[in-house]
Amino acid sequence: MSDAVTPPAAVAGTGIQKRDIGIKRRYAAERRFRAYGLIAIALGMLFLAALLYTVISKGYTAFQQTAISVPVTFSEKIIDPKGEGAQNPQGLMMANYPVLARNGLVKELGIDPKNKKLVSAAGKMLSAGSRVQLRDMVLADPSIIGKTLPVWILASGDVDSAFKGQVDLSVDQARRQVDDQQIAWMNQLAKDNILVKRFNTGLFTNGASSRAETAGVGVAIIGSLYMMGIVLVLALPIGVAASIYLEEFAPKNRWTDLIEVNINNLAAVPSIVFGLLGLAVFINFAGMPRSASLVGGLVLSLMTLPTIIIATRAALKAVPPSIRAAALGLGASRTQMVFHHVLPLAAPGVMTGTIIGLAQALGETAPLLLIGMVAFVVGFPASPMDPATALPVQIFMWANEAERAFVERTSGAIIILLGFLAVMNITAIILRRRFERRW
Amino acid sequence: MNMMSEAAVEAAVGATAATQPPIKMQGRLVNVSYGDNQALFDVDLDVRLHQVTALIGPSGCGKSTFLRCLNRMNDTIDGCRVKGSITLDGADIYDPSIDVVELRANVGMVFQKPNPFPKTIYENVAYGPRIHGLATGKAEMDEIVETSLRKAGLFEEVKDRLQSAGTGLSGGQQQRLCIARAIAVSPEVILMDEPCSALDPIATAKVEELIDELRVNYTIVIVTHSMQQAARVSQRTAMFHLGRLVEEGATDKMFTNPDDQRTQDYITGRYG
Repeated sequence: MSDAVTPPAAVAGTGIQKRDIGIKRRYAAERRFRAYGLIAIALGMLFLAALLYTVISKGYTAFQQTAISVPVTFSEKIIDPKGEGAQNPQGLMMANYPVLARNGLVKELGIDPKNKKLVSAAGKMLSAGSRVQLRDMVLADPSIIGKTLPVWILASGDVDSAFKGQVDLSVDQARRQVDDQQIAWMNQLAKDNILVKRFNTGLFTNGASSRAETAGVGVAIIGSLYMMGIVLVLALPIGVAASIYLEEFAPKNRWTDLIEVNINNLAAVPSIVFGLLGLAVFINFAGMPRSASLVGGLVLSLMTLPTIIIATRAALKAVPPSIRAAALGLGASRTQMVFHHVLPLAAPGVMTGTIIGLAQALGETAPLLLIGMVAFVVGFPASPMDPATALPVQIFMWANEAERAFVERTSGAIIILLGFLAVMNITAIILRRRFERRW
Repeated sequence: MNMMSEAAVEAAVGATAATQPPIKMQGRLVNVSYGDNQALFDVDLDVRLHQVTALIGPSGCGKSTFLRCLNRMNDTIDGCRVKGSITLDGADIYDPSIDVVELRANVGMVFQKPNPFPKTIYENVAYGPRIHGLATGKAEMDEIVETSLRKAGLFEEVKDRLQSAGTGLSGGQQQRLCIARAIAVSPEVILMDEPCSALDPIATAKVEELIDELRVNYTIVIVTHSMQQAARVSQRTAMFHLGRLVEEGATDKMFTNPDDQRTQDYITGRYG
């Protein structure tokens, strides 16, 4: 020790510059290290920007859908050819509504109704979803039969893609889905403002559909919300209770060490393993329904538990021991100490951890594939027991579709998912900022 | 009731034995170990009613450990074992029939670093009385808070901002807030673990003054590293070294004419 102190006095007379302690090298090393850091950040930002650019540039068009304003004549001859009226409700259900829409468009375009080929081509410009749309109008108000009303009918997926400029028109018309005649009609209608792009509410409200233009993430969003709810209700209380016990009550011994190691390991278990577990335990053993958000929620809860426990324990550890001592010194019991002082102070950390765990669960796909949530679900799930899909699974399914119109929808759904994740993470940051305490 | 009568007996014995105040707390053959490390060896020490007992000694000598035994704060440390007997008014505080919550209400504690709860000043003081059910209504609670803050000499300084955060006070004020918080549950003994080590001299002087005033109503045990402080505030001093009680006696005698050479050396600053 004393040796380290004395040398400066000995060399003081000769000046400190003479000693080579590598000042220049130290500064160079520091500059180099900072440069590495900057490069790393720049690369990270670049990748992020590239990712966002590809997704948004491909997907933003999905939020608009081409629709055509067609003057539809609700002709009784087509809807109710036998004049049965109310005696045969099945008749109204089964009527050939697409013909109504086609006839309207044919009239609008001024095509000779007898030219079968042209009429058929015009009909293909409209989405087959018009069947459901017009039927619902008639069922809601049968008095419109016989009247002519302007109705916004979605253009078919191919026309939509063409109108958005996603179809290469230089290709020979035989080798693409929309022929030149249809393109000409499309441009003609667009000029008259009859064919326009409108905000795509269907993307958010529709369920699965084999036709791109009527496919939406509605069912997936509901399924994801059910699962988030189940994860929140299950994983949060169990995780917080487990962490409080481990952190504040449990003795530190071999068993608690073992539990801790296992929890940390569970956080790193591949999610597909949880899917297998869910399949084996919840579906095969407990006999729960397949494809149900209940099972998905349970599996995701198992996955989220370690995340929540680790975050909660970190938050509890961050509460200064002096606060615990103060409460105990006043004669508070351990439970009072935890619930009156420690937990409220740890709450922002717990919430942050929970939201991040939820966000992770929201984006999880692999385990859901195994429990059958890759399903073609058209109807909205009324309860978590009903079949449903989830947002990331919907993205996965659309990504497998070949049609051009599904490509933009895939990216559109990714944007929606990223939007949810961004909202959740921003909430976590705001919570942390607002409630974080400095000691 | 039993406790009271025993206390009375102790008091009578104390009075006849010498002109000393009765014994409030008594440690006999106190041995404490943390895991394999023994921190205290056979400590016998009396704490007398309405006196300030100072525990001095170099770092790691076991004085804080002994202090924390007096309200069983050591219970909260894993692997800590306490042997021997410590009594409060004649009743063994480590007896299974003694409730540690009640004990800590009777033996309050002020810590080295001011540690107010991150709540309002009012809430800091009201917390103890609330969990012990000492106040039946808002008015009564207000009164407890005011009296406690007054006794801690803080009321005049904070009366206009009782609803602002306790952590926003200065260090000295925070420490007096912690004292007020300890007083609020009407303890009989107050333990102070180096209460002034984080304070500047002016705040220290205020706290020392306060300790002297509190002696009238409470029995105080204080751990301190400052010899001057021990000399200023205490009536009795106990010197610890390497886990053993070196000597104990009236502060005047300890500082002028200690029996043990180690005490002499420590007090005069030769080591420690």
